[in-house]
Amino acid sequence: MRQTFAIGIGGAAGQGVATPGDIFAKIFSRRGLHLNAYNAYQSIIRGGHTFLTIRTGPEKVTNMGDRLDLLVPLNQDAMNRHLGLLTSGAACIYNADTIKPGAAAEGVQLCPLPVSTLTDIARHKVAQNTLAVGAGLSMMGIGFQALEEVVSEQFKKKGQPVVAENVGIARAGYDYATSNFTPFARPLPLAENRYAVLSGNVAMAMGGAAAGVKFYSAYPMSPSTGVLHWMAAHARKAGIMVRQVEDEIGVVNMAIGAAHAGVRSMCATSGGGFALMSEGLGMSAMMETPVVVIDCQRAGPSTGVPTKTEQGDLWQMLGAAFGDYPRVLAAPLDIGDCFKIIPEIFNIADRFQCPGIVLCDLLLSEGRLSVDPKDLDFNPVIDRGELITTATPASSTPGNGGYKRYKITESGISPRAIPGVPGHTHTAATDEHEEDGILISDEFTNPTKRRAMMEKRMRKVAGIEAAVPPPALVGPRDAEVTLIGWGSTKGVIEEACEILTEQGISANQLQIRWLVPLHGEAILDILEDTRHTFIVENNYSGQFARYLRSETSYVPNGYIRKYDGEPFMPHHIVEAVKEQLGGKSKLSVPVHEIMV
Amino acid sequence: MATVLAPPKNLTMADLKGRVDPDWCPGCGDFGVLAAVEKALVELQIPNHNVVTISGIGCSSNFPGFINTYGMHTLHGRALAVATGLKLANHELTVLVTGGDGDGFGIGGNHFVHTMRRNVDLLYIVMDNQIYGLTTGQTSPTSRIGMKTKSMPFGNIEAPVNPISLALAAGATFIARGFSGEQKHLTQLIKQGIQHKGFSFLDVFSPCVTYNLDNTYQWFRPRMKKLEDDPTYDCADWMAAMGKSLLWGEEIPIGKFFERTDVPTLHGAEPVLNTGPLVRGDLQIPPDVVASFIAELM
Repeated sequence: MRQTFAIGIGGAAGQGVATPGDIFAKIFSRRGLHLNAYNAYQSIIRGGHTFLTIRTGPEKVTNMGDRLDLLVPLNQDAMNRHLGLLTSGAACIYNADTIKPGAAAEGVQLCPLPVSTLTDIARHKVAQNTLAVGAGLSMMGIGFQALEEVVSEQFKKKGQPVVAENVGIARAGYDYATSNFTPFARPLPLAENRYAVLSGNVAMAMGGAAAGVKFYSAYPMSPSTGVLHWMAAHARKAGIMVRQVEDEIGVVNMAIGAAHAGVRSMCATSGGGFALMSEGLGMSAMMETPVVVIDCQRAGPSTGVPTKTEQGDLWQMLGAAFGDYPRVLAAPLDIGDCFKIIPEIFNIADRFQCPGIVLCDLLLSEGRLSVDPKDLDFNPVIDRGELITTATPASSTPGNGGYKRYKITESGISPRAIPGVPGHTHTAATDEHEEDGILISDEFTNPTKRRAMMEKRMRKVAGIEAAVPPPALVGPRDAEVTLIGWGSTKGVIEEACEILTEQGISANQLQIRWLVPLHGEAILDILEDTRHTFIVENNYSGQFARYLRSETSYVPNGYIRKYDGEPFMPHHIVEAVKEQLGGKSKLSVPVHEIMV
Repeated sequence: MATVLAPPKNLTMADLKGRVDPDWCPGCGDFGVLAAVEKALVELQIPNHNVVTISGIGCSSNFPGFINTYGMHTLHGRALAVATGLKLANHELTVLVTGGDGDGFGIGGNHFVHTMRRNVDLLYIVMDNQIYGLTTGQTSPTSRIGMKTKSMPFGNIEAPVNPISLALAAGATFIARGFSGEQKHLTQLIKQGIQHKGFSFLDVFSPCVTYNLDNTYQWFRPRMKKLEDDPTYDCADWMAAMGKSLLWGEEIPIGKFFERTDVPTLHGAEPVLNTGPLVRGDLQIPPDVVASFIAELM
């Protein structure tokens, strides 16, 4: 089993849950520890309850895990909600002046901090947070120097006296814990590596910058807004035009306008905004102007639960906009993949002149992960496809030299001239059109031409399929259990497979990244040899299971689903598999035990 | 690599002729608008490959297919959003947006207001016929109270939008009204609108001879009163323009209502474009900038 250490910090919004979280994350990632952070929160700016889980360890940490080692409740509510989660070996650090602990399980160490005697609380409203961070690090066996460094950075802008004061508070917490509390059984190791820590939203924004995105438009919508924030803050350095638009209809149309002029253009939203964009996607497909749209899924339908995760938008993506047209749909597998997938999907969208959709979710968008900075490759392969950006000598007349924007070709791809190039004038239309762009829907309606254009566009589907790799099975081929997932569940399924295998049930994993094209035949070939298959997904109706069945007729042995707004934890999947192997049911809906 | 191009030749009306003839009804006001746009482009000698004509959906929105420039025939109501993106990606292009009153003031009303306040540098020509034509005659946002249509057979009971007042309130920096039956006057307004640096709004009375039998050429012609004929009218005076915009009756003003030149265009206000159009921007981010992005995460 992987060695990991998980911290839960709970409190009201506005109480400063984020800062201790950031400090822990910096310290871990700088001493070569991997980490995964997930913040369960509510759609409220002040008050309510938020619960941040940071899990760290020497190997890759891919999910929030099953166990808390340290709980830091910042108020009584957080203590009441979460103390019961702690099991033997865990500890709870809290402000003894204001918070009363309840009954803890055997072997749980209660660590009351006498906050008012350790610091001047009248002057420092968040002193309890800094004291708790100091105390926690002491118990983890991490030297004080690391904390001093990060606290100094945190307060650098406020001047030396503020730095000194806060380092002093951290020191007081650290020293108090050293003399009064029992250290954790296994101190956290130290390695040479330093990792970058980023959210999926930042990763997708940076991936866009790496892909050469020059235009980004958005309307704020949780949980996609982080992409806009990174883009806006870094636009001028990266040479990207970023616009906040009046609505998502405007967003996607503006993005397509920019793309039509010849730049790589991207936008991000969540399910509700995506619904408004769908007509625009059809335009991208019909005009054959590539655009990339990110959907960060949240729990729906309608306004739904804006701060909670779900994989409930798959069928919206599959059915977005009316009519048949080629599209590409990909779901990043983890936060690192959020970065990589953007240049990849742009290359496909550009080559095949069609819309590309990235289907992310809140879990990745707002979660944070340690990533080796070398994996953030800002020189990816860039393939803009058949793009005409300069004139040829023969094309310098005001006429268009016979250029056919929608020339019928074997691949279905027609070389695309951008406005401004002499000799290539044409009209790109959302109406059906002829090879040269002339509209045929009005007086030029013609079944032969319509059929030819339809087939031209749809021929691109075969090319896209060849350009996208089929999924692969990970783990022993003859495993007793095969877990099938898509997108963000990769990490938690991977860990569930490890736990099952340790418990004597060998397991492997088939994780789907490219949803359209799906490579149904390759999937069937893989699944042919499997023994017990389960489709794991974060939605009510088994959207992927239904999609897989519609494309391949494949029916798995069982289903594991969760639609309470919270992500899977490894034990949810492990227990569901065991339950279903025991023949109790074909559908498991695990209960989320953490009350957030 | 330098490309050898033939020397540019003068742009003529023939060069601008589209590959198909307009499919508008005989007598449609939109013919006059098309002719005036072509004349304006020839008079200004803007190479046609540097012009992009963008429309939404509707009779008048078929316009881009009938003129030999780059064209985009987009979605109903979305032309201004598409045009904004295109202009920001390549601000060296001359952008004309053409469409009707339903497209611009109805389904596209939100983009209309926001494109004006952003002062996007383009000319927006609305061929305003106060009716939905392509859907065979329903009430539009500019249909007058009492007008009988297929969707309001007992007469319209909703007040029409006043496009000129709305444009003034939303911050458009060039606002004019033309009449399809006044070719020379309309051509001059189009030229001024193209030359204006910022958002130019040109509402053109463009009669629908099939479905609007109230607002015909005969109805408009005696009412048209050119603002240019009044030497005391100052089109830099916003309040005066607002006053004129409210006139509707025996006399209806046409001409330039308002212009101001002191407001930066959207592309002019964004420093990202200081080094040239995005479309010519380097796809790769300099290594030192990349290093600074990654350092923030460490």
